[in-house]
Amino acid sequence: MSDSDTSIQETETKPVVENQQELPKFEKDHSDKITAKFGSKTEIAFVKPDRIRVNVKKEDILDVASFLRDELNYDHAESVTGVDFPADKEIEVVYHLGSYTDPQLNRQVLSLATRAPREDDPKPGNDSTKLPSLREIFYSVEFHERECFEMLGVFFEGHPDNRRLLLPEDWADLPPLRKDFAIKGR
Amino acid sequence: MTARLPPGLQLEKVDDRIMTLNVGPQHPGSGHMRLIIKVDGDYIVSCDPDPGYVHRGEEKMAEYRNYITNIPHLERPVIHDSCNILYPYCLGVEELLGLEVSERAKYVRVIASELNRFTYTLYWLAIYGIFLGHSTMFMWPAGDRELAIDLLEKLTGARVTHSYFVPGGVRNDLPANFEDVCLRQINYLEKRLKAYADIFYDNPILIARTEKTGVLSREDAIRLGTTGTVLRASGVDYDVRTKEPYDVYDELDVHTNVLKNGDSYDRSKTPWLDMLESCNIIRQALEKMPKSGSVRVKLKPNPKGGNDEVYKRVESGRGSLGAYIVSRSKPEPYRVKLSVGSFRNLICMPYLLKGEKLGNMPAVYWSLNYWPVEADR
Amino acid sequence: MLKDLITPQNANAFVGKLGDILVKAIDQPLEYAINWGRLWSLWPVHIETACCSVEFGAASSPRYDVERFGIIEAFGSLRQCDLVVVQGTITRKMAPRLRLVYDQMPEPKYVIAMGACAITGGLYFDSYNVLPGIDGVLPVDVYVPGCPPRPETLIQGCILLQEKIKRMKVR
Repeated sequence: MSDSDTSIQETETKPVVENQQELPKFEKDHSDKITAKFGSKTEIAFVKPDRIRVNVKKEDILDVASFLRDELNYDHAESVTGVDFPADKEIEVVYHLGSYTDPQLNRQVLSLATRAPREDDPKPGNDSTKLPSLREIFYSVEFHERECFEMLGVFFEGHPDNRRLLLPEDWADLPPLRKDFAIKGR
Repeated sequence: MTARLPPGLQLEKVDDRIMTLNVGPQHPGSGHMRLIIKVDGDYIVSCDPDPGYVHRGEEKMAEYRNYITNIPHLERPVIHDSCNILYPYCLGVEELLGLEVSERAKYVRVIASELNRFTYTLYWLAIYGIFLGHSTMFMWPAGDRELAIDLLEKLTGARVTHSYFVPGGVRNDLPANFEDVCLRQINYLEKRLKAYADIFYDNPILIARTEKTGVLSREDAIRLGTTGTVLRASGVDYDVRTKEPYDVYDELDVHTNVLKNGDSYDRSKTPWLDMLESCNIIRQALEKMPKSGSVRVKLKPNPKGGNDEVYKRVESGRGSLGAYIVSRSKPEPYRVKLSVGSFRNLICMPYLLKGEKLGNMPAVYWSLNYWPVEADR
Repeated sequence: MLKDLITPQNANAFVGKLGDILVKAIDQPLEYAINWGRLWSLWPVHIETACCSVEFGAASSPRYDVERFGIIEAFGSLRQCDLVVVQGTITRKMAPRLRLVYDQMPEPKYVIAMGACAITGGLYFDSYNVLPGIDGVLPVDVYVPGCPPRPETLIQGCILLQEKIKRMKVR
């Protein structure tokens, strides 16, 4: 899942393809467990020391997240980030998951990424930028998902409280972190 | 209802028993943050935090400035802990640009980061004293903090917004004779810190006010994803400096302070114990530091990263502070996200304040180590 | 004959003239006394916005000690304060609340704009949520530049405000 540039740049973001023998062992075993269970539904974007990234589609994210919590012992989400890719017409939401209880996973931060379609002219309430909320699985994402909602316009289905958190109450403009929202003078 | 209301406000009839109270943006506390509290008599029924009064749009602004000019404004969320908030950003940019940092620069960074832990935690303790009406506990930490600020001023040139960490090292080397002055002041500061136990931590009024209030159990602390001293006061042994050591923390001996009860008293004691630990870390770092070497890497103008992303984290005064940087072959980063401890601990507020008495609210609220400017970024 | 002189019209004119003489004699020292009382007990509202609040807190610390000028942060309500030190960035969400705070303070009241963000928006001049200076919201008396200003600069700003109050008309 890289940007829409040429294929030369695609290999730059996927070190898995380039040098197979240099992958760190623990992380490789870890990511193999995920691919063993889910196969082609998930895609391992990279495996670096202490950092693994898994890309899933939004329909499968609840299953993958439950698997990560129950089998692999990830128990909280450190942060939820939204990144806007207008060239792909998609918004990517990345969950960084960590573990406090499992001593082997104390150093690991797993990035779970999913994408939502993005419309150029969003009609609030009627657009297709929706993602399932992970609040039932990881309770700690509650305020992070609210912030992602107001900053990028991604509606989280199943979140009990999709409200604004940081922006002023009378904000009537585009969600600020989208790339078509330009700040003044730039 | 004969007085006219100012425009924009309206009256609404709510429950006969439950009253909505605005602990509003202006309150005799610190920082702009509103808590919409519903009380039934003296007990808090529900609490709805309303942050965002200091939301300055740091992350959007970071996309319009290149990697070096991002430094002054990314350090402003917590200006008295500014080295720690730049730390994960600098570590991330170094990985993106492929820079090698020298040993001496790493040790200087560790010393500056621990000194910033003093300035942050002493200010937090000062405000905690004021919240509870203990004005000596405002004056003593505020005065002792000036010692640490003096050291930082000798090192970096500024009292608070240091802008000292750059990708590739630090801006300038230690001044002459810094090690002796630092050791002397740290020894004196340690004696002063131990004196706080007499007036504050063994004070029966503080113990009566904060013990057994706002209890956060171990399972809840893990489930809510809290971090930093809030987590360590609830019995979870997790500190990024020992679990995922960055720079030279793997060569230093760091002891994590974990307390068991998870109430406000433990949450107010853990940062103080951490400060005593910082004194030891600074002494070890000063001993083990290589005596000479460069501290900065010369960068080409307008450095660009590849198509990559990086997530680095660091232990700051509030907890684990992470920076997620996405780059796309331009001098400006594509996305910078700071995952700050205050925002992660915000979820404890509605959780802990439910069922508390209204009088306990200041003690619980400030013990969560919440700095509003940082949470709003 | 005296009874003929003291008519209602004459009595009015006499009292009016006496009032004029008294005002000229006492007004100047009275104003001086009232202003002296005001400038040595400026009580700031507890409104710690953003970054500069750290330097305001440091100004109250034992080293810089702004209390010797009478500037004590009164921890009661804002209805008994007379100085607003706007410490830092004011965002669009906070601006109406700031005005509400200012309106609730009793006369006479003074405003110090502390820090570059309160003067012109500072480092955040191009952010989407930041007011470019508080001039549109409050009438500012003294501007204290800096990012953040050192506590000594803030104390100099307070002394400037004291000089200004000395020259103000009381009524």
